[in-house]
Amino acid sequence: MEFLTTLVNGLSLGGIYAMIALGYTMVYGIAKMLNFAHGDIIMVGGYMILLFLPINPIVAIIAAMIFCMILGIVVEKLAYKPLRGASPLAVLITAIGVSYLLQSIAQMAFGSAPKFITVAAKLGIDGKMLHIGGLSIGYSTIITLVCSIVVMIALSLFVKYTKTGRAMVAVSEDKGAAQLMGINVNSIIMITFAIGSVLAALASVFFLLKAPTMNPTFGSLPGIKAFTAAVIGGIGSIPGAMLGGILLGIVECFAQAVPAISPYTDAIEFSILIILLLVKPAGLLGKKRREKV
Amino acid sequence: MSETLLEVKDLEVSYGVIRALKGISFKVERGEIVSLIGANGAGKTTTLHTVTGLLHPSAGSVMYKGKDLTKVPAHKIVSMGLVHVPEGRRIFQGLSVYENLLMGAYSQKDKALVAENMKLVFSLFPRLEERKKQMAGTLSGGEQQMLAMGRALLSNPEMVVLDEPSMGLSPLLVSEVFEIVKTFRENGKTVLLVEQNAKKAMSISDRVYVLETGSIITEGRASELINDESIKKAYLGE
Repeated sequence: MEFLTTLVNGLSLGGIYAMIALGYTMVYGIAKMLNFAHGDIIMVGGYMILLFLPINPIVAIIAAMIFCMILGIVVEKLAYKPLRGASPLAVLITAIGVSYLLQSIAQMAFGSAPKFITVAAKLGIDGKMLHIGGLSIGYSTIITLVCSIVVMIALSLFVKYTKTGRAMVAVSEDKGAAQLMGINVNSIIMITFAIGSVLAALASVFFLLKAPTMNPTFGSLPGIKAFTAAVIGGIGSIPGAMLGGILLGIVECFAQAVPAISPYTDAIEFSILIILLLVKPAGLLGKKRREKV
Repeated sequence: MSETLLEVKDLEVSYGVIRALKGISFKVERGEIVSLIGANGAGKTTTLHTVTGLLHPSAGSVMYKGKDLTKVPAHKIVSMGLVHVPEGRRIFQGLSVYENLLMGAYSQKDKALVAENMKLVFSLFPRLEERKKQMAGTLSGGEQQMLAMGRALLSNPEMVVLDEPSMGLSPLLVSEVFEIVKTFRENGKTVLLVEQNAKKAMSISDRVYVLETGSIITEGRASELINDESIKKAYLGE
């Protein structure tokens, strides 16, 4: 029974990682850059919820999603767009700079002490458990799991069946050919950042349901873990990010459930990445691409 | 009188310090098939990329229907009726054949026209219809070339620019590809063709420009140039 509880918790945490990993992998696939400021969008989303929570929790969640979407677009326009065609290292350093900038702004605005953001309490689900047979699972775990599944299905359908989604696939494969089809690559990149940032805001909600605290560097660790998940799944691959995220979530929960190894949870997760990359350098679902010279 | 659809004037393009095009001029009249031939590195692909906005010239102009394309972003050119079938086909491997064709119609808002063009493409390339749900990456080289050409037709172009359509194909397929290029004209399209297979290209073209290290060295009617001794020697391997 404990095994099942841990599995459900793992799936739920994995859903959150998957949502963040989708942001990394889509931006990488389409703009060919690693957006290391992506994790900090989660943190900004958390503080937005803090600001709007007194009004209403649902309003706060929506406000956070909208704000993060705009923030993602603005960051792309101001920081990354001028570097289109620049060396990947310049873009990478800029992304790290944006990450510190967001953290510093948050620290100035909200201080460095953790803030309590009680979304679960406001939604009235704090500590509530669902009992199925002998299984006890928190409401927030179930909500997280269900929402992340819905988001992943919706995103897959969007990419497969909408014109914009197909254009995203086209741009990720071949920017030049996509332009020849009449696709405005810049607006596709903008849409990708917008989607990724909304998903990061959602992830923030689910983290707050798990543990109601937020501080300016909160986004770093989940950001790095979700990035790990994206690489495990095969960076650039949407199903890969989902698979990688869920795997990582399950591993994390099981590692934490075993007292002897729980202090080494993070080490175990990152070791999996290292070992996997030795065996399958392109990740689980990543494609080996031949570069045309 | 014929109408000039595309007029390139004194076009210069540089990659860093290397001047790839040293001021070339040529024009394409409506309804013509015009070929640019020349050896590897002569500047043929560079010319096409500059015409359709993937590269920016350092000097000169590309006038298409009276508008200077050098000031238009690449993604807007296709909706002006000028479509580019790139070298190496560059189909979208992760999309199905049908989805690739739909990408060709990306900037086409008239759904009836898209359906009509889809029919035209399937009549020209019945194999694409048979494989319409297949992933484009699983097609053979010849089929991928058909797909790249079909995808271009879905944008409902007035003018089609083709870059090395016969590259890497078996001799049988090469002939088939050139036959299809001829049908483009029968469907009212103007064609600008870049080819290393100079003989085949000249056999279907009205006029030919010969490009050598960034300059046009000869131009004329294909029917005349095909008998020109120096051309024969340099490009036709006779």
